Amino acid sequence: MLVVNDAPTTLDLEPRVSLLDALREHLHLTGTKKGCNQGACGACTVLVDGRRVLACLTLAMQVEGREVTTIEGVGPHPLQAAFVRRDGLQCGYCTPGQICSAIGMVAEHRHGAASVVTDDVTTTPDLTPEEIRERMSGNLCRCGAYNGIVEAIVDTAPAMAEMAPALTPVPA
Amino acid sequence: MIPVQFDYLAPESVEDALAALAEAGDDAKIMAGGQSLLPVLRLRLNSPEKVIDLSRIPGLRGISEEGDTIVIGAMTTHSDVVESELVGQHALLLQKTVAEVADPQIRHRGTLGGALVHADPAGDIGAAALALDAEFVIVGPGGATRTVPASEFFVDLFETAVQEGELLTQVRIPKHTGWGARYEKFVRVAHQWAIVAVAATVKMEGGTITEARIGLTNMGSIPLRATSVEAALLGQPATEEAVKAASATAADGTNPPSDLNGDSDYRKHLAGVLTRRAVLAAAGS
Ligand SMILES: Cc1cc2nc3c(=O)[nH]c(=O)nc-3n(C[C@H](O)[C@H](O)[C@H](O)COP(=O)(O)OP(=O)(O)OC[C@H]3O[C@@H](n4cnc5c(N)ncnc54)[C@H](O)[C@@H]3O)c2cc1C
Ligand code: FES
Ligand code: FES
Repeated sequence: MLVVNDAPTTLDLEPRVSLLDALREHLHLTGTKKGCNQGACGACTVLVDGRRVLACLTLAMQVEGREVTTIEGVGPHPLQAAFVRRDGLQCGYCTPGQICSAIGMVAEHRHGAASVVTDDVTTTPDLTPEEIRERMSGNLCRCGAYNGIVEAIVDTAPAMAEMAPALTPVPA
Repeated sequence: MIPVQFDYLAPESVEDALAALAEAGDDAKIMAGGQSLLPVLRLRLNSPEKVIDLSRIPGLRGISEEGDTIVIGAMTTHSDVVESELVGQHALLLQKTVAEVADPQIRHRGTLGGALVHADPAGDIGAAALALDAEFVIVGPGGATRTVPASEFFVDLFETAVQEGELLTQVRIPKHTGWGARYEKFVRVAHQWAIVAVAATVKMEGGTITEARIGLTNMGSIPLRATSVEAALLGQPATEEAVKAASATAADGTNPPSDLNGDSDYRKHLAGVLTRRAVLAAAGS
């Protein structure tokens, strides 16, 4: 049993089935894309309990009892409108992953996570374009729509921060 | 490709995990975050009959302090380490290093223990663990527990002191409170595996370096310590000139690999340059 986009869902699968294949092949939620299927591209990014993870490197069994959010569960979202306005895509294949990743990124930032371009990892800097590029570096775009993607996130970051769920803190 | 069919076990205690391991022998594989294991299974480089997932065992994930030691459970995720105030205060080098591992998505699932046991020679965390004199708590059949120092933990490519039938449960790091730190990772594109990297942590008094620890990534089959540089830095001012002179021997005694990213001599050159940069930054931080 897991919760997918707020709906309790029961799946009967072989243990080897990835969360990505479970979503696409079994639940027919084909918004989440398969790029490399080995952790390198970010096209399969979904949120598990509000944190971004790669669905291709997660077994469906590992998210038993957890809340999974895919692109089908986020819309309509102001970031989607900003992607259209700012030309944050061309073919669109990376876009569901970019949008889930950006939503998770803003929630992590609100939670206080630093990044490697942060000089002092114990403080949380503003989401400048440079910070956004570093924090989104796990999502490749073969069409090279990066400038538009960053602009769309800059436009929407304040609204997303207000919508962001509280993340579970590190256990003591 | 999809992995070969396997049974999935999610024990809820270390004892149950050890019992499952003992029963399955070499037909079983431990899974921590799965961020290295799943690609391996998918390429069918390994085809275990059982996968034993440690993520349901309470107590293996978390960061605490015990006197002069920071104790990190093997299942603590990379992002837990990056977000931890305790680690930032007492083991800054580890925090700065883990922040350079892969990308945020992978850091949410990948674990400290998994990365260290996986022991990829280009993996980032080994050099920091070595530089910080970490100790590794390993439990085996029947619950027998031993503690292995970092200097004996790394054995060879993808091989550590953790034997078949054993689990890594904790990484213990002596507090390095107030030490400056820097992980200098040389890559061509964001979140690539290190071509070479240097983990440096130093203790300063006034403008003088009073202690220094240097770990090297991808300069051989296991992480290495640049002990000659550590000795040469003692008592030196943190100036460009002094640190450059002390860093000259960083690659002494190493035998780094040659591959498409760079040949062995180039890696040796990089080790010196990155050591200078890392030490200067650590001294200033
Ligand atoms: C695209 C990509 C890029 C990456 N880039 C980097 C990088 O730049 N730097 C870097 O350092 N790493 C990188 N990694 C690896 C990442 O750090 C992984 O998180 C890590 O190597 C494995 O951690 P895991 O918890 O997922 O372990 P798993 O994949 O679950 O396990 C890895 C191995 O360790 C064993 N194991 C795990 N935990 C234990 C335990 N407690 N006791 C005994 N055995 C155990 C498993 O049996 C398995 O053999 C990358 C991975 C990917 C997919
Ligand atoms: S498909 Fe998962 S990272 Fe590329
Ligand atoms: S829009 Fe084509 S890959 Fe990003």
